[in-house]
Amino acid sequence: MVNLIIDGKNVTAQKDTMVLEAARSAGVNIPTLCAHEAISRSGSCRLCVVEVKKGNRTRIVTSCLYPVEEGLIVDTRSERVQNVRRLVLELLLARCPKSEVLQKLAADLGVDPHPRFVPDTDKGKCILCRSCVRVCEEVVGVSAIGMSSRGSHKTVGPPFKEASSVCIGCGACVYVCPTGHIVMQSTGDKRKIWRRTFKMQACEKCGKYFAPVDQLKFISKKTGTPYKELAVCTECR
Amino acid sequence: MKKIANALDLRRVQEDLKKNFDPNKKMVTICAGTGCRGYGCIKVKEELEAELQKQHMDVEVRATGCFGFCEKGPLVVVHPEKIFYQQVKIKDVPDIVSKTVGSGEVLEKLLYRDPYTKETVLKEEEVPFYKKQHRLVFGQNGMIDPTRIEDYLIIGGYSALAKVLTGMTPEGVISEVKKAGLRGRGGGGFSAGVKWESCRRAHGSPKYVIGNGDEGDPGAYMDRSLMEGNPHSVLEGMIIGAYAIGASEGYIYVRNEYPLAVLHLTLAIAAAKEAGLLGKNILGTDFSFDIHINKGGGAFVCGESSALFASIEGRAGEPRAKYIHAVEKGLWDKPTCLNNVETWANVPIIINQGAEAYASVGTERSKGTKIFSLVGKINNTGLVEVPMGITLREIVYDMGGGIPNGRKFKAVQTGGPSGGCIPERLLDLPVDFDKLTEVGSMMGSGGMIVMDDRSCMVDVAKYFLAFLQEESCGKCVPCREGVRRMREILEDICAGRGKEGDVELLEHLSTGVADGSLCALGGSAPNPVLSTIRYFRDEYDAHIRDHRCPAGVCKALITYSVNAEKCTGCGLCVKVCPVQAATGEKKKPHSINNDLCTRCGACIESCKFDAITVE
Ligand SMILES: Cc1cc2nc3c(=O)[nH]c(=O)nc-3n(C[C@H](O)[C@H](O)[C@H](O)COP(=O)(O)O)c2cc1C
Ligand code: SF4
Ligand code: SF4
Ligand code: SF4
Ligand code: SF4
Ligand code: FES
Ligand code: FES
Repeated sequence: MVNLIIDGKNVTAQKDTMVLEAARSAGVNIPTLCAHEAISRSGSCRLCVVEVKKGNRTRIVTSCLYPVEEGLIVDTRSERVQNVRRLVLELLLARCPKSEVLQKLAADLGVDPHPRFVPDTDKGKCILCRSCVRVCEEVVGVSAIGMSSRGSHKTVGPPFKEASSVCIGCGACVYVCPTGHIVMQSTGDKRKIWRRTFKMQACEKCGKYFAPVDQLKFISKKTGTPYKELAVCTECR
Repeated sequence: MKKIANALDLRRVQEDLKKNFDPNKKMVTICAGTGCRGYGCIKVKEELEAELQKQHMDVEVRATGCFGFCEKGPLVVVHPEKIFYQQVKIKDVPDIVSKTVGSGEVLEKLLYRDPYTKETVLKEEEVPFYKKQHRLVFGQNGMIDPTRIEDYLIIGGYSALAKVLTGMTPEGVISEVKKAGLRGRGGGGFSAGVKWESCRRAHGSPKYVIGNGDEGDPGAYMDRSLMEGNPHSVLEGMIIGAYAIGASEGYIYVRNEYPLAVLHLTLAIAAAKEAGLLGKNILGTDFSFDIHINKGGGAFVCGESSALFASIEGRAGEPRAKYIHAVEKGLWDKPTCLNNVETWANVPIIINQGAEAYASVGTERSKGTKIFSLVGKINNTGLVEVPMGITLREIVYDMGGGIPNGRKFKAVQTGGPSGGCIPERLLDLPVDFDKLTEVGSMMGSGGMIVMDDRSCMVDVAKYFLAFLQEESCGKCVPCREGVRRMREILEDICAGRGKEGDVELLEHLSTGVADGSLCALGGSAPNPVLSTIRYFRDEYDAHIRDHRCPAGVCKALITYSVNAEKCTGCGLCVKVCPVQAATGEKKKPHSINNDLCTRCGACIESCKFDAITVE
């Protein structure tokens, strides 16, 4: 076990725990956008920054990636930390003015849209956190989407902005997206996502449309389970 | 080349080569670096060879690496007198061969002429550009053909490696490099010895050493010239480092845009392997080490350590947020020691000279020399290798020969795109790692851009931020969005849309971007803005409050007019103006219609009477 101090509280945490989790277990809340339990961490939103002190050295680190250390002193609310957090939110509000998630986060932290930044109109609600790309690659295992271009021209989606041929329509990306940027529409036996329309499988028992045929085929192939067995929804299974 | 069996055999091979090389023999060297190739040096070289044959002279023409004075290329030196010819053309070749090589006659018109004293200079080392240089790392470039390992061996190449392998422990090597005070030449100036030591102590195998030759700074080419001109010095440094650290494999990361560097490194690696200086059982010992070349796509951010590893591993060249140092978990999560190629090239010198002698050059905490690429509004552009602690004034005026056209020096930008601008009153600053950081700039990899009084410092800050915005990988919010917003504000200021409070806002954004960014690109991106605000605040204020660009650069804030007293009515401006904004009758004062004028500056360049003014 490792002992550290977070905002003046003595905290004990398991080795290899990240400061973020250690803080949360001690009741200290740190805002996050890109850290999702289902996927690896990228440290891209920078909202979770904290100030750590080790010996005489203080620095700003992302708590979602910084492992606990014996004797570490963590300040989650220092002037420098709040300055970065406010800036991140101001910048994201200007990028995604329509995102309710960001609006709420900003309101919670007392941050207003910066009057000097002209809001973007073409970015949707995407903050480019890469969570969708990661879940598709790491959990689903199909890598249907990715990032293209660099810097402020960066966008997320299937390669070449076309409908992805490998996407199975599972919706995992929608589930992990922190801002609700990815649109998934399910109507009757159809599901639309990333410019593609998937045919849904009806549950052989209750008749409810519950998963895209492509997704079930993919699982069947991967696990060797006969398709027939998969064509039953979780509730009826 | 035959395999060299051991250290003693190496000495023998070097002696044999030396015996067959008479230093008083006639020889012609010609720079065949990338810069001079642009001026057609390869054709000149072929012509020299053809002409010598025609005149039945058995004289070697040696194509060497960059001499540093690329601007004056093609450069030719006639040995043994060391007569230094510049801007040599094909038509000069017959005379060079018959007169200079044949009978020692000097061709006055090909000599370097001092622009101030108008006197000609005979030898390379007497040219002011070279006089104050201390060419420790770069000095051999002009003497060796980088494609021949023999040329490197003749000047004592690989002796340091032999010394290390036969008489020094790895710890001994590390202690020597630490004592020498060698600091990284590629960025932060971290102590090389300390880095090697941590890497040696780190658990995990294999261990890697890497040479960083990415060199993404616009206008910088010292690493290119080093890899092109003396590739074995980089290899030797890396082999010694690998021995000290306990690494078995190495990489040199070079950008694709450097084909000649890639070629020369490839040839050098092959030759060193054949000679038993690289690969299995180096010099007959049980130390084995191999080096691969990795060609990079050329993004600026790929020079950053974690992005460079990602790129070698075949992933997108984006930095990774990790709080474990590369010496513990670097390339493929194995202990890795990354140093700049210039850092590596210093290592054999330290071993050969000994730490004490090496450390006698430089300042208290910055030892040895540094190669700078001197460009911008300066008379002599090129690569200069100077002892640490030399003043900016000496670099700009003694080597650089001052500012062209009698204009006034304004600032020098050091440290690459995320460095800072240093004003005139700090010209006597001794150049070393810590002093440059103190004044808000940095050593970086050694870029130096000189600006004259016609440079607008807000425009300069805007230019660098635009570069950094384009080169940002886009992974993290403060850099991707923050640098872009800072650039937008700078654009507004230059376009006359600046608002009261913008300077304070820029300072505020700078702190957040520097603190919050994932890698050092974002971390240092605010430097150009902060340093120009620090030293040239009045220019920002003039733009914002008075809608005036004092340097006459920002198009939205300037007007062109004709000074009726100076104008002779020659009509040249009318001829050059692309939009018919300049008009007037012959021999009468002309005028400029500012509604039509696009502020292209063509008229001002053309006017011989200095009659056109910008305000
Ligand atoms: C954006 C960015 C670009 C960099 N580019 C280079 C480069 O082109 N060459 C280089 O040697 N170091 C570069 N660096 C510094 C490296 O990350 C690293 O510190 C250096 O290679 C270590 O070698 P040194 O200690 O010998 O300087 C860059 C750093 C950053 C943040
Ligand atoms: S819906 Fe498509 S893109 Fe999204 S996670 Fe599933 S497979 Fe990947
Ligand atoms: S779509 Fe959502 S999950 Fe994907 S990068 Fe954008 S914000 Fe992140
Ligand atoms: S600081 Fe810039 S270059 Fe570095 S990771 Fe963030 S976005 Fe990429
Ligand atoms: S600045 Fe260019 S456009 Fe304006 S008057 Fe002179 S030449 Fe014509
Ligand atoms: S939550 Fe840690 S960087 Fe986004
Ligand atoms: S390339 Fe010839 S002097 Fe630099």
